[in-house]
Amino acid sequence: MNRQTWMGLLARAEPSRLAALLPDLPPHSFARPPEIGAVMVRGRAGGTGTPFNLGEMTVTRCALRLEGGDVGHAYVQGRDKHHATRAAIVDALMQGPQAGAIHDAVLTPLADAETARRKMRAEKAAATKVEFFTMVRGED
Amino acid sequence: MYVAVKGGERAIENAHAYLGEQRRGDPGVAELGTDQIEQQLSLAVNRVMAEGSLYDPALAALAIKQSRGDLIEAIFLIRAYRTTLPRLGASIPVDTARMECIRRVSATFKDVPGGQILGPTFDYTHRLLDFALMAEGEAPVAPRKPAEPAHVPHVTGFLGDLIQPEDSSDTEPRDLTREPLELPADRALRLQSLTRGDEGFILGLAYSTQRGYARNHAFVGELRIGTVAVEMDIPELGFSVEIGEVELTECETVNQFKGSKTEPPQFTRGYGLTFGQTERKAISMALVDRALRWRELGEDYVGAPAQDEEFVLSHADNIQATGFLEHIKLPHYVDFQSELELVRRMREAAE
Repeated sequence: MNRQTWMGLLARAEPSRLAALLPDLPPHSFARPPEIGAVMVRGRAGGTGTPFNLGEMTVTRCALRLEGGDVGHAYVQGRDKHHATRAAIVDALMQGPQAGAIHDAVLTPLADAETARRKMRAEKAAATKVEFFTMVRGED
Repeated sequence: MYVAVKGGERAIENAHAYLGEQRRGDPGVAELGTDQIEQQLSLAVNRVMAEGSLYDPALAALAIKQSRGDLIEAIFLIRAYRTTLPRLGASIPVDTARMECIRRVSATFKDVPGGQILGPTFDYTHRLLDFALMAEGEAPVAPRKPAEPAHVPHVTGFLGDLIQPEDSSDTEPRDLTREPLELPADRALRLQSLTRGDEGFILGLAYSTQRGYARNHAFVGELRIGTVAVEMDIPELGFSVEIGEVELTECETVNQFKGSKTEPPQFTRGYGLTFGQTERKAISMALVDRALRWRELGEDYVGAPAQDEEFVLSHADNIQATGFLEHIKLPHYVDFQSELELVRRMREAAE
């Protein structure tokens, strides 16, 4: 899992699930304390054309440094400062010697939960897929 | 002349307290939680996010509770809140071809690759009141069918060169929330205005095009609802990351076009994209977008309201509209005194 992937996974994670997987935070100092802001979400005309501004979403960002010196960043959807802090801590831990342990203890369960959530959504949608049948008309 | 009038503080305080009591209603009835609004009035939440132009379901639910269910008042609260937020950046345009759809229908092709997925729709319901909802019952469970998350292709892609291609230049779009509206507006600015515009107003305009005011006969090539990832370039990291996901509704219409001196007969497009599950709005947006494109498609301006960019963009925003409309109920004592004086003098002069 590369850094881009885990940062995305942490951003999309359920904050309570992340908190349950990482209840205790290692000592850290903020380079940028958690800050709530907005990001303008863009779309494209016709789905593929010129970009336009669709509307904003709330985002919380944070940057911090662990005692060992590893720096972690987070940009997470919503206004949960604890979520942003935890995401940045996991990002920092993933760059140090504990990366393997954190991957197994935090990232894998989050990825599994997300896969299950997406699969359930796909399965509910699939059950509403129309299966057409054609009534045969005429003599031949 | 402006005359400051003091007094009324007590009345205002008491009026707000009365509002609070009315908002709560009968204390013998359980108080509504914002989590209940978010979960059980989710289409109201979606509308407030779309027109409030801020994707945050929990905040939209709070706004609905605070406004006693007055959705325009709730949108007003969201708009006011968003002005307090620092802008952290803009996303890479979302890729709706990678949407994980819970609903996807096409009115133009029956056997479309990916299939017709009805999703959680009111379509085909009988619109009969369901009195069972007045009683507490067990939570319904949606049936499931084995499937993997998949991306379904855009229907308009199957039309090839029979439909006008989109201009795919990556110009930085102008932003209505950062600079005042200037006309003529390009398509990007029109789409931003339409997606945050009042659903009722956009619906009315779209309906007018169907009834013959700038008729452009739209087929719903595709309507899809689903989740897309939002990705943003992070300057301090030097790469982009997904910062979350949003649920969107997208509508692509396929419209008639006779062709022009330079272009062969082909289909043209109208486009709607909105936050949340807001399909009435997305379809309306697509119809009005198409009507507003008359100039670039070399069509005649027939004077229809839906073709008039200035009319549409200046009146689509329900917060601007309600602000100006409702201000006339506030004290205008001095203005009115001068009018009264004028009428009296004209009467005297006439007698």
